[in-house]
Amino acid sequence: MKKLSARRRHPLAAVVVLLLALAATGGLYAAFAPASKAQADETAQSLAIEEGKKLYRVGCASCHGTGGQGSSDGPTLVGVGAANVDFQVGTGRMPAATSQGAQAPRKKIIYTQAEIDQLAAYVASLGAGPAVPTTNDYSPNGADIAKGGELFRTNCAQCHNFTGKGGALTHGKFAPSLEGVAPKHIYEAMQIGPQNMPSFPDTTLSQQNKKDIVAYLDAVNSDQTKSPGGLQLGGLGPVSEGLFAWIFGLGTMIAVAVWVAARTAKAKKS
Amino acid sequence: MSTTTTNDSGARRAAPAGERLADWADGRLGIYSLAKSNMRKIFPDHWSFMLGEVCLYSFIIIILTGVYLTLFFHPSMNEVVYNGSYVPLQGQLMSEAFNSTLHISFDVRGGLLIRQIHHWAALIFLAGMFVHMMRVFFTGAFRKPREINWLFGFLLFVLGMFTGFTGYSLPDDLLSGTGVRFMEGAILSVPIVGTYISFFLFGGEFPGHDFVARFYSIHILLLPGIMLGLMVGHLILVFYHKHTQFAGPGKTNNNVVGMPLLPVYMAKAGGFFFLVFGVIAAVAAIATINPIWAIGPYRSDQVSTGAQPDWYMGFAEGLIRAMPGWEINIWGHTLVLGVFIPLVIFPLVLAAIAVYPFIESWVTGDKREHHILDRPRNAPTRTAFGVAWITAYMVMLVGGGNDLWATHFHLSINAVTWFVRIAFFAGPVVAFVATKRICLGLQRRDRDKVLHGRESGIIKRLPHGEFIEVHEPLSQEQLHTLTAHEQYVPVEIGPLVDEHGVERKLKGSEKLRAKLSSAYYGELNQISKPTADEYKEITSGHGHH
Repeated sequence: MKKLSARRRHPLAAVVVLLLALAATGGLYAAFAPASKAQADETAQSLAIEEGKKLYRVGCASCHGTGGQGSSDGPTLVGVGAANVDFQVGTGRMPAATSQGAQAPRKKIIYTQAEIDQLAAYVASLGAGPAVPTTNDYSPNGADIAKGGELFRTNCAQCHNFTGKGGALTHGKFAPSLEGVAPKHIYEAMQIGPQNMPSFPDTTLSQQNKKDIVAYLDAVNSDQTKSPGGLQLGGLGPVSEGLFAWIFGLGTMIAVAVWVAARTAKAKKS
Repeated sequence: MSTTTTNDSGARRAAPAGERLADWADGRLGIYSLAKSNMRKIFPDHWSFMLGEVCLYSFIIIILTGVYLTLFFHPSMNEVVYNGSYVPLQGQLMSEAFNSTLHISFDVRGGLLIRQIHHWAALIFLAGMFVHMMRVFFTGAFRKPREINWLFGFLLFVLGMFTGFTGYSLPDDLLSGTGVRFMEGAILSVPIVGTYISFFLFGGEFPGHDFVARFYSIHILLLPGIMLGLMVGHLILVFYHKHTQFAGPGKTNNNVVGMPLLPVYMAKAGGFFFLVFGVIAAVAAIATINPIWAIGPYRSDQVSTGAQPDWYMGFAEGLIRAMPGWEINIWGHTLVLGVFIPLVIFPLVLAAIAVYPFIESWVTGDKREHHILDRPRNAPTRTAFGVAWITAYMVMLVGGGNDLWATHFHLSINAVTWFVRIAFFAGPVVAFVATKRICLGLQRRDRDKVLHGRESGIIKRLPHGEFIEVHEPLSQEQLHTLTAHEQYVPVEIGPLVDEHGVERKLKGSEKLRAKLSSAYYGELNQISKPTADEYKEITSGHGHH
């Protein structure tokens, strides 16, 4: 106490008090003001949009227009959403080849995931659309596989086959095989309905439904899937089975018959 | 031969056990004379004669494995909730038939292997019958006296198709249910009676609760019973007619050159049975067939792409897929030509090959027995017809899998379908003409070989510088084999006017027959085989090279 009272008249006391007061106010402000972090996010977002815009101008604008408004060579991207970009670019379908067939096939992925995210951020900034799903949306945790199978057979199998091996559509178009497609991309495809596929928004297939379907496909059509009966022969049904029966079944039979007939009992030469 | 003679001699010791058993059986069954006449029956040797055996053995394998499957299969359409060991279907509603098939596949010891053997054997059985039938066709083995046996074999093939179809439908999975729906649609397209037949067959609206149980008794009892009977008849007739043989030295229309049934063919056939069983078991152990767990239970509101029948019904699928979706609406009724026309063509395609032997025998007018087989080239019109038929069949098979052709060869499904539509009509014509030309070319080649010998590949230079290839004369055996076939002359229609100069009345069928006959055996439709005189002239002369 003595010390404090002795120094309160010190010429620097006012300065010290002022400093303490400033530190306290600043600290409190820093602690209670949330705005600064949001500010930082905004900056990152606008940075991503900026970067995405640059990538877009190089890789996409020639077909989709400089502002994403579309052209005779490509549809408008206003309102397609980040999920669409993540799907189309993330599976290598975009950028499309200059001379492609009836539809853009899956091919080599050109952009890194970071670049895809930037492109997605830019396209999302053009107009509201479905966002990229989170890991939780498509992870098999909490999914009902059997229900997913039922939903798959009801909604998807007529084009993609029982277990997602793909099928033909008219005039060279096709429903691709779902083998080796990332769960995220399957989820996004249902959201956005790419190419000839109808879209299944959450009002048609709920988020839980989509999760079930992704989990079903993961169970029956992934690298981990066991085939209890042996070779799957492409999982295409009776056509490949018939071909196998003719070539390896009957083919072997004929080879065996030729072999047996060539080994005849030797009769005495008359 | 030596079994009964010893009893009369003085030796009174007991006969060996085997002999006593044989004696006991003969006294009650009278099999001795039957066995004596048949045990040493001679069969000729050729690998293509074993195709029928492949069919017989795979049929036996199908029956054996089928019996095992009936022990666990429940032919019922009552709905149950699946609680078995295949996780992706747990909790799903399904029929008891599907449930028990899953049970066989995952929870019965050896069940999946037996199921796969059963199904693979069925595919191989049908393929075997197809090839066996073609062997008989192309070698002319269907000629008198074997026409009835040809029909037996044909019926076995058709019944095999339907036995296969009903069996394929039993598990009540999404694929087979689609197939049954397909069949129902075909029945519905029949004018007037279609709806009644469908309601009768399914016990009301499709799918109803009855068809699995009904198909089950058809699949395990009715059709296999008929097939077993036909097969026994088929084999008895083979015994009765004796087997045909290819032409060769020492082989005539009145003998059979080969090995006796006992012991040679018993051993061979017995061994071959196990080889066939082994091949089918190996295929079944290597490759899965009809993985119903991946396909899922049948629900009439679900369907999958790539839904095809097993291969032997594939040409029917192709007919439907290739047919444009025509329909006619009259007086409030719809005639679905897009389905009905294929339904009519389906039996016609099969009948075309079945009645061919009768057409050929009518054209030739040949009433003699034939036990020597033709080489396909020596019957160009028949061979060309067979190839044309196979072409039509194969085109439709392509049509049945048009979607897979499209996806796997990166084609448009529409283009594939149009190809099938055109090729179904154009393909057989092209195949007919091409095959006939090839056969005639081969006949010419045979003629050259007989008259000028085999090309030896040795090039000789003559003193004046000319190069010639040395031809080696054929052996007597080869000459015989190449000239053993007989050639018909076209039927003469006779003079068009009678002795009074009045125009003779000719039936239309007579004219047709004469026309067909000259198309078969006319001047440009077969190459006359070299005669002995021609051969002598050319070989004795000194100008030949």
